[in-house]
Amino acid sequence: MKYVDEFRNHALARSLFAEIRRAVTRPWVIMEICGGQTHSIVKYGLDQLLPPEIELAHGPGCPVCVTSLDLIDRAHAIARRPDVIFCSFGDMLRVPGSAGDLFQIKALGGDVRVVYSPLDCLKVARANPDKRVVFFAIGFETTAPANAMSVWQARALGIANYSALVSHVTVPPAMVAILESPTNRVQAFLGAGHVCAVMGWEEYEPLASRYRVPIVVTGFEPVDLLEGILAAVRQLESGRCEVENRYARAVRREGNLDAKRMVFRVFEPCDRAWRGIGVIPGSGYRLREEFAAFDAARIFDVGDIVSQEPAECISGLVLQGARRPLDCPAFGTRCTPETPLGATMVSGEGACAAYYNYGRRLSQ
Amino acid sequence: MNDFTLSCPLPITNRKTIVLGHGSGGKLSAQLIRQMFLPAFDNPLLNRLDDQAVLAVGGARIAFTTDSYVVTPLFFPGGDIGRLAVHGTINDLAMSGAQPLALSAAFILEEGFEMEDLRRVVDSMAEAARAAGVPIATGDTKVVPRGAADRMFITTSGVGLVPEGVNISAANARPGDQILLSGSIADHGMAVMSKRENMEFEGALESDTAALHRLVADMIAAGEIHALRDPTRGGLGATLVEIAASARIGVEAESAAIPVHEPVRAACELLGLDPLFVANEGKLVAFVAPESAARVLAAMRANPLGREAARIGQAVEAHAGLVLLKTEIGGSRVLDLPFGEQLPRIC
Repeated sequence: MKYVDEFRNHALARSLFAEIRRAVTRPWVIMEICGGQTHSIVKYGLDQLLPPEIELAHGPGCPVCVTSLDLIDRAHAIARRPDVIFCSFGDMLRVPGSAGDLFQIKALGGDVRVVYSPLDCLKVARANPDKRVVFFAIGFETTAPANAMSVWQARALGIANYSALVSHVTVPPAMVAILESPTNRVQAFLGAGHVCAVMGWEEYEPLASRYRVPIVVTGFEPVDLLEGILAAVRQLESGRCEVENRYARAVRREGNLDAKRMVFRVFEPCDRAWRGIGVIPGSGYRLREEFAAFDAARIFDVGDIVSQEPAECISGLVLQGARRPLDCPAFGTRCTPETPLGATMVSGEGACAAYYNYGRRLSQ
Repeated sequence: MNDFTLSCPLPITNRKTIVLGHGSGGKLSAQLIRQMFLPAFDNPLLNRLDDQAVLAVGGARIAFTTDSYVVTPLFFPGGDIGRLAVHGTINDLAMSGAQPLALSAAFILEEGFEMEDLRRVVDSMAEAARAAGVPIATGDTKVVPRGAADRMFITTSGVGLVPEGVNISAANARPGDQILLSGSIADHGMAVMSKRENMEFEGALESDTAALHRLVADMIAAGEIHALRDPTRGGLGATLVEIAASARIGVEAESAAIPVHEPVRAACELLGLDPLFVANEGKLVAFVAPESAARVLAAMRANPLGREAARIGQAVEAHAGLVLLKTEIGGSRVLDLPFGEQLPRIC
C-alpha cells in the first residue's frame, strides 16, 4: 500500500532507532499529542525499542476520551428518545456515561447508528422525515471540517430534521494547559499530523517560542513517529525550540484553507470542559448563532445534568501525561475494556486501552 | 447438605440485557458461554469447547455441530447467507478432521419476505451442498410475524465421520508445533461490511466463503495435525488466543507472514480495523507437528483453497496461554480477545 508500507519498513525503522540512540545523551520527556500516535507506538512496540533516556508521555488527543461526562449523559438522554435517530462515530458507542453506554441504549430499543461520515446523517435524515436525526459531532480540528459541512449542507438543502450535538475540542489550548500546569514534565511535543493537515502549524509557532518547547509535526506510521522523535531529540540536545514539519506529505504551513474556512463559517471558539481535566478556556468549537436551528444542545431540553466521575479514575492525569496507565491501581483489575472506569480505557486511541490491548500487563 | 450449585449462573458483568457484542466472538461471547451455557449444560462433550462435539457411537466417532446464520445483507460479494450456512457447518465438522455426512437446514422466515430472494438463497444452498458432496438431508421451516426476524435466518446442523487414527482438537496443540494458515485473512468480514455500509472501496472485496473438508483431508494425508480451527467471528487473532488458552501453550506469530490482500488491508486501514480480528469463512489455521510441517504446507498449497498458505508462527512452552505477535518493525505485542464488535475509529 503506497504511503503506508514504506513507513513501516523494518530496515528504515532500525536505522532511525540507531540514529536516535546516537543523538540522545540524557533523559527527555516527549509527548505525542494524538491518540492515533499512542495507538501506533504501542501497537508496533516502538517504546520498547527506544533508548531508556526517552520517555514518551501520552497526550490528550483522544477525542472520545476527553468528551465530558456531562455531555455524554446529555447525548444518552437524547439517544433514548423514541423520536430520535442518534448517529455517532463507532468508538463513541462503548464510552460509559453515568448509566451505561450507547450499546445498551440500542439494546433497549434506542435507534443508535454508526456513521463513517457525518454527511451520511443527512441521507438518514432524508430517508426518515418523521424522525429527528442527531449527530454526536465530537473530535479535534481533524473532524471539524466534515462535521461543519454536514450542518452547512443541512441548511443549504433544507434538511430541518437534522441537528448536531457539538463537542469539538482544539489542540493548542490543551498544550498551553499542559505547559502551564505546575506538575508539567513535557519537554517537547510530537504535533498531531492530521490536526495540522487541516490547521497548518502557524498557530504552534508562538507556543514554541513562548514556552521554549520544540514542536515536531508528526505522522502516524512507525517511521513517521521515529522521524518525529529523532527531530525532537536533536532540537532538545542542541537547545533549539522550533516548529518543525516531519509530516511533509500531508501538512502545509497554512493547512487546508478550504477546510478552515468551512470550520469558521459554521463554528466559533468557546470554553470547553475536558473529561478528567476540567474547563480549558477557548479550547472548543460550538455552532454559531445563525445555525441555532441545527444545534441539538439548544433543540433538546434534557434538563440539568450534573455527572460524577468515578473517584478512582486517574484518566485526567493520564491525558495530561502526568501519570502513566500502569501507575493506576485499578489498571487491568477494576478497570478493563469490559468494565472501564474512564474513557481512556475504551477507545482504541485511549492510552489505557492501548496499553491493555497491546499487552502491557506483561511488562508490569 | 450444601445448597451451593454450579448451575446458578454468575452475573454477566454489569449487563442486564443482551448487547450485540455477546454475539461478536470476542470476550463478551466467551463470558456468555462460560457464565450462562456451560454451567447449565455442563458435560464433557461440550466442555471441550471445540467447534464440534465428537461422540463415540459403536466403534465409530461421529462429529456433530450446529450454527445459525443471521448475516445482513443476505447477498454480498462472493456469497450469500445460503452458501455460508452450508460451508460454515461443513467447516465446523472438518475442523475435527471429520468427513461430513449430511446437513440439516432450518429456516426462520419473516412474514413478507420476497419469495424470489428465498429462491435465490435456496438455489445457492443446493449448489453449495452439491459441490461439497454433502446432502441436506432434513430440515424445518417456521414463519414469524413481520418485525420478529430480519427477513430470514438459517440454522444448519451437521454430522460427520472422524477417520480412524485422527485426533484433532484445540487442546492437542503442543509446544514445537508449526502454525500454518491456509490463505489471506479478513476477506469475508470486509466484503460484508463494505456491502452493508454501502462503502465504495476501490478494488473488489470478496468473501472467501468455501467448504474446507477436502483441504483438510489433503492435510491429514500429508502429516500429523494436532489442532485445526476456521477463524470465523473474532478472526485469526481470537482463534490463536483460544487455542493458546485451550492447549495451555504459548503462541509466537509473525505479523509480516500473515497474508492480507491489498484492497482488504486498505479498507481496514481506512476504518481503523485490525484485520487480525475480522471474520473469515474459508480459511483454517493448523497446528502441525514440526517434522511434517513442510509436507502439510506443500499439500495445502497444492489445493486451490490453500494456494496462499503460509507458515505464520509456532507454539512454544513459554508464556502459556498468551499469543505474542512480532510486529513489522521488530517490536512485539500481546494479542487478546477483542471485547465485542470492532469499532471503526473516529480519525
